Formats: sequence, C-alpha cells, structure tokens
Amino acid sequence: MAAIDEGGGGGHKGPGVKKAKKLSTRVDMTPMVDLGFLLITFFIFSTTMAQPTAMQLIMPKDTEKPEEQTKVKASGALTIMLGKNNGVYYYEGDDPTKIQISDYKKIRDVIIEKKKNTKPEDFVVVIKPNDEATYQNVVAILDEMSINEVKKFAMVNISPQENELLLATEKSNGI
Amino acid sequence: MPKAKIAKKSTWVDMTAFVDVSFLILTFFILATKFKPEEPVEVKFPSSVSADKVPETDAFLVTIDKDGRVFVQMDDPNARKSIAENLNETRKLGLTPADIKAFTNAPSIGVPFAAFKQLLAMDQEQQKTLKQPGIPVPDSTGGELYYWIRDAKSTYAGKKTSWLIKADDATKYPVIRNVLEAFKRNDINKFQLVTKFRDAPVGTALWNTRQNQLGTGKK
Repeated sequence: MAAIDEGGGGGHKGPGVKKAKKLSTRVDMTPMVDLGFLLITFFIFSTTMAQPTAMQLIMPKDTEKPEEQTKVKASGALTIMLGKNNGVYYYEGDDPTKIQISDYKKIRDVIIEKKKNTKPEDFVVVIKPNDEATYQNVVAILDEMSINEVKKFAMVNISPQENELLLATEKSNGI
Repeated sequence: MPKAKIAKKSTWVDMTAFVDVSFLILTFFILATKFKPEEPVEVKFPSSVSADKVPETDAFLVTIDKDGRVFVQMDDPNARKSIAENLNETRKLGLTPADIKAFTNAPSIGVPFAAFKQLLAMDQEQQKTLKQPGIPVPDSTGGELYYWIRDAKSTYAGKKTSWLIKADDATKYPVIRNVLEAFKRNDINKFQLVTKFRDAPVGTALWNTRQNQLGTGKK
C-alpha cells in the first residue's frame, strides 16, 4: 500500500535536464492504527472505570449489661426480617405474631409510612436477617435505611421464636 | 460501441484523522487507567447509594466469595511483615524469615494457619493457581480471622484504619455475621462495605436531600 508516486516523469524540461523523482510524503498508517486500537482495547479491558464506593456500617457494641443497652420504644419500632429467596417480612411494635409479608420494593413504602406516623426520636428500625438471607439482601436493606434517611437502625441476630414465625410464614406462602 | 471507460480510482484512504482520534482515545485511557488490583477470587459486590470512595491506604480488606471462603488483603507490605511476625510468635507457625519475606509479596491470604507456611513456600505463580480454601471462620467466635484482625489492629494502631468488607451478592448471611463477630470481638464496630455506586431513587428522602445540597452548592 505504501505508495510511491511516480507521476510527472519530466519531459517538460529540455533534453538532458534530469528531474529528481518526486517521492510521495504519504505514509501508510494502517499498522499504526492497528497498533493504536490494540492498545486501546488493552487499556479498556484492564481499566477499572467505576470506582467502588464504601458504605459505612456501624454495629452496636455487644454488651451484657441491660442498663447499657439501648431501649427501644415498642410503638416506634419496625422490625424487618430477611428470609430466603429475597423474602422480606416485617412487623411493627413488639409483637412478632403480626408478621407481614413484603418485598424489597414495597418495604420502602412501609418504612416511609412508619416514619411519618411516629415521633422521630422514637423511630427505630431493627433488621434481622435469618440464615437464608444473602449479603445482597443485607446491603439492600441497609441501603433502604440511607435512602429513607432512617437515623436509628440496628442489625441484630434473629431470635429463635421470630425465626420460627418467619419460616411458618414462608411455608404458608409457599416459599 | 466503445467501452465505457471507468476511471480507476485509488483505494487509498486518508487515515490521518483516524489515527488522530485513536491516539487521543489511547492517551485518555492511559491517563485514566488504574489497574485492577489482583484479586484472589471474583466477587460480584452489590450496589448502594453511598457515594464515599473506598479508602486505599491503611486498609484491611476481608473478601468473602459466594461459597463463603474468606480472604484477607492488606495494602501495605510493611504491615504485612509485622503481622506475619506477630502471628508467627503468637500462633507458633514456625515461619522462617524467608517465609515472612514471601508474605510481604503475597497480596492475599485465604488459608488456615496450618497451611500458611506451605502456601508461602510456593512461588507466586503457584500461589495464583492454587485454590485457597479460605480462612476458617466457623462460628461466632471469629475463628482464625479473629487473630488476623487482632494483629492487624495492633499493627495499624495509631493510624486511621479502614476495615473493608467485600462480599459477593450470593454470600449467605451467617458467614457475614461470623466475620462481623470476628471484628466485634476485637472491639471494631465501624466497617465499610465495598459496593458499586447507584443513584438514590427519585423522590425519596435521600434524593431530596441531595438535590437540596446541589441547589445550595450552586448559590
């Protein structure tokens, strides 16, 4: 492809006057482009464009002493339980038998509704994932806390009684 | 009839502009690139609305893959050295100075203490191909991870350390709970979960706040 222009062979000048061959300045750039794109491809694949972000998680300190434990007013408490197959269950107050089924879309309205109807200083969300919940579920629900600007929330272990209720609810709903 | 003469046109295309653009893009990628750090396992982490950047210095990263295997990573080679020395002493691992030096170069560890010396004896290529079984975190006592964190904590003492947790979407909660317990037993209650960024859903409280911040920022 590298073309050497052979145009203009003289002839206009007089006999005996030799004209130097005019060399084309055109360079074949195909290999250069090839190489360029190869490198681009390499950099695209090896790069990390989206920087990962960090989500803050502050866990309560474990304490045995009851006077150090944070008291939660039953009226302002919303307990969200996470089960298998991305299941979400919740109950308000301190009665786990009032368990209700939900999902990750509907739970936002539940949180907003509860937040609206309770005094801000009483409102607290308790998150209880059971053994079947995944990390994604946990992060999703913690994310809901920041999305809805829930100031007080805690992630605690599920009690056996609640777990049984959760399993029973799952069973009755065919999950 | 005379044959219609088709003018022979050159197939030559001027690629100068093409080259210009391609090298411009190339330059951009070279400058904008930051190489992916070497990872022991592939982890698909979830997304969150948090916009904070992951800190890069003085970080202790616990990676958990979808099968619940636990790995630890530290960015600072000096910290790795001092942790290895500590562990060697307290856990009677019988590491030689050569092993500790090898650990300084090893980016991530995911083996029980019993197999630690064996892992360090391998060269780097072998380490990469080996399927590491993960640091045992069997129950809420934190298992061996507890000791890792304890020594990391004393090594990073006085610095602002970030305790990062990177887990796969599909990791089951019990493993996460055990890892958190291992931290909590070391009196560490503040973690950072590595996530992908996503925008706050429109119309929610956080979205409103962010919009207001943008509004006041402009003034």
